[in-house]
Amino acid sequence: MAELRFTKDHEWIRVADGDTCEVGISDFAQGQLGDVVFVELPEVGKTIAKGGQAAVVESVKAASDIYAPVSGSVVAVNDALTGEPGLVNTDPTGKGWFFKIKASNTAEFQDLMDQAAYDAFVKSQG
Amino acid sequence: MRPADDRRADMRRTRPVECASLADPDLKKTVLHALHVELGAKMVPFGGYDMPVQYPAGILAEHNHTRAAAGLFDVSHMGQVTLHGPDAADALETLVPGDIRALKEGATRYSMFTNAEGGILDDLMITNRGDRLFLVVNAGCKEADIAHMRSAIGGRTKIDYHEDRALLALQGPQAATVMARLAPASVAQKFMTFRTADVAGIPCYFTRSGYTGEDGWEISVPADRAVELARAILANPEVKPIGLGARDSLRLEAGLCLYGHDIDTTTTPIEADLQWSISKRRRAEGGFPGAARIRKELAEGPARKRVGILPEGRAPAREGTEIVDASGAKVGTVTSGGFGPSVNGPVCMGYVQAALASPGTSLGLVVRGKTLPARVVGMPFTPHRYFRG
Repeated sequence: MAELRFTKDHEWIRVADGDTCEVGISDFAQGQLGDVVFVELPEVGKTIAKGGQAAVVESVKAASDIYAPVSGSVVAVNDALTGEPGLVNTDPTGKGWFFKIKASNTAEFQDLMDQAAYDAFVKSQG
Repeated sequence: MRPADDRRADMRRTRPVECASLADPDLKKTVLHALHVELGAKMVPFGGYDMPVQYPAGILAEHNHTRAAAGLFDVSHMGQVTLHGPDAADALETLVPGDIRALKEGATRYSMFTNAEGGILDDLMITNRGDRLFLVVNAGCKEADIAHMRSAIGGRTKIDYHEDRALLALQGPQAATVMARLAPASVAQKFMTFRTADVAGIPCYFTRSGYTGEDGWEISVPADRAVELARAILANPEVKPIGLGARDSLRLEAGLCLYGHDIDTTTTPIEADLQWSISKRRRAEGGFPGAARIRKELAEGPARKRVGILPEGRAPAREGTEIVDASGAKVGTVTSGGFGPSVNGPVCMGYVQAALASPGTSLGLVVRGKTLPARVVGMPFTPHRYFRG
């Protein structure tokens, strides 16, 4: 399984097939959100800049925006989340992926954290 | 992932945990605070207190457990007040539109403090204890409520604020099973009545009431024995601790108002669809703040009304969501909204123009720039299951 990279906003991205990457939210993020009850996914074909709003995740408590970790276009979305949004809680870095993005500038990966750096970042957030 | 910008109002109510670590030194603690932490609660600020928003089970599980079995809530942040003396009922009637004179000994009633414009300063529960009235008011309003009463009726009734008492709510269809074990005097008690008796050997008083739509009790206990009582209740296999997150989704499904959100100084009891709480005599006589406007709205109907709204899709519409009619014109605002675990879908309440308040009316909810179809429905969303004997 390819390595995960993380943003400071708790999204993860995984290179799955060349420059096409799965995006989701971290285990830490799903724990903070609590039970996910609704996910709004982007439209396939949509172009999003790095840091742009890409999806929405709603827990019982509140709504949160999901941002694109890198620039690119959306090539697939995880329709399973529509019927079973709880997959974000039970398998955040697996079946709970949100969308796949075709990265337009792979240099942007340099800005993301690896697992060890992300774990340290989460720890530093208290 | 960051809180959605248009959800800021909602975040104030149940702030994300990452903000809670910025400890606010002014936050008060209930006497059960250490117990919440011991039980693994996530603590958030609410009504000036550091309160449990959820325990490790999570809001969905806590909500469902309360509907299926029994949940224990710490509501000690709420204000408990006694008005003493023979003039207490008449004095209180000058501040609330509720019929306090007709309130029988041992009975509890819901009412609200109104202002001169007919707006709501707070909502409260009032119990006739014979020689005194026992009041429970909201945490965020209690200082203002007490100051208001002292200034307006302090000369007619002695006002005691019980900072030395805690308040626990036991709610759910199996609450009665638990109470039968701990307080046999509760068995025959009906909804909205009061008893003084030991619970688990601790001297308490309790009303059969609550904020979930379920059968249950609110138990007033001396603060120095509240932890002992909470542990004795939690020792029953039916009971789990429940946080404010589930308390909010439970009361929303029950169609009950949250002060500061669904009702405030800009809403009248009639607009809020609470006219049932005002008796014939009080409607006829007036004599409470804002009576002119409230009686006018009773006679002619209010310009807008609080209604239940059921979104047709899966997307929750949160507080502050704009409500539009078929032409796209704004006709109101959502005041509480979210996911209803027992409904298994989104539910909300809000104010709409009176002409659009009938159940079945089609409306739109503007969520993230898109208009989502919804319709007006009667409340509660989940049937009440009170014990009326």
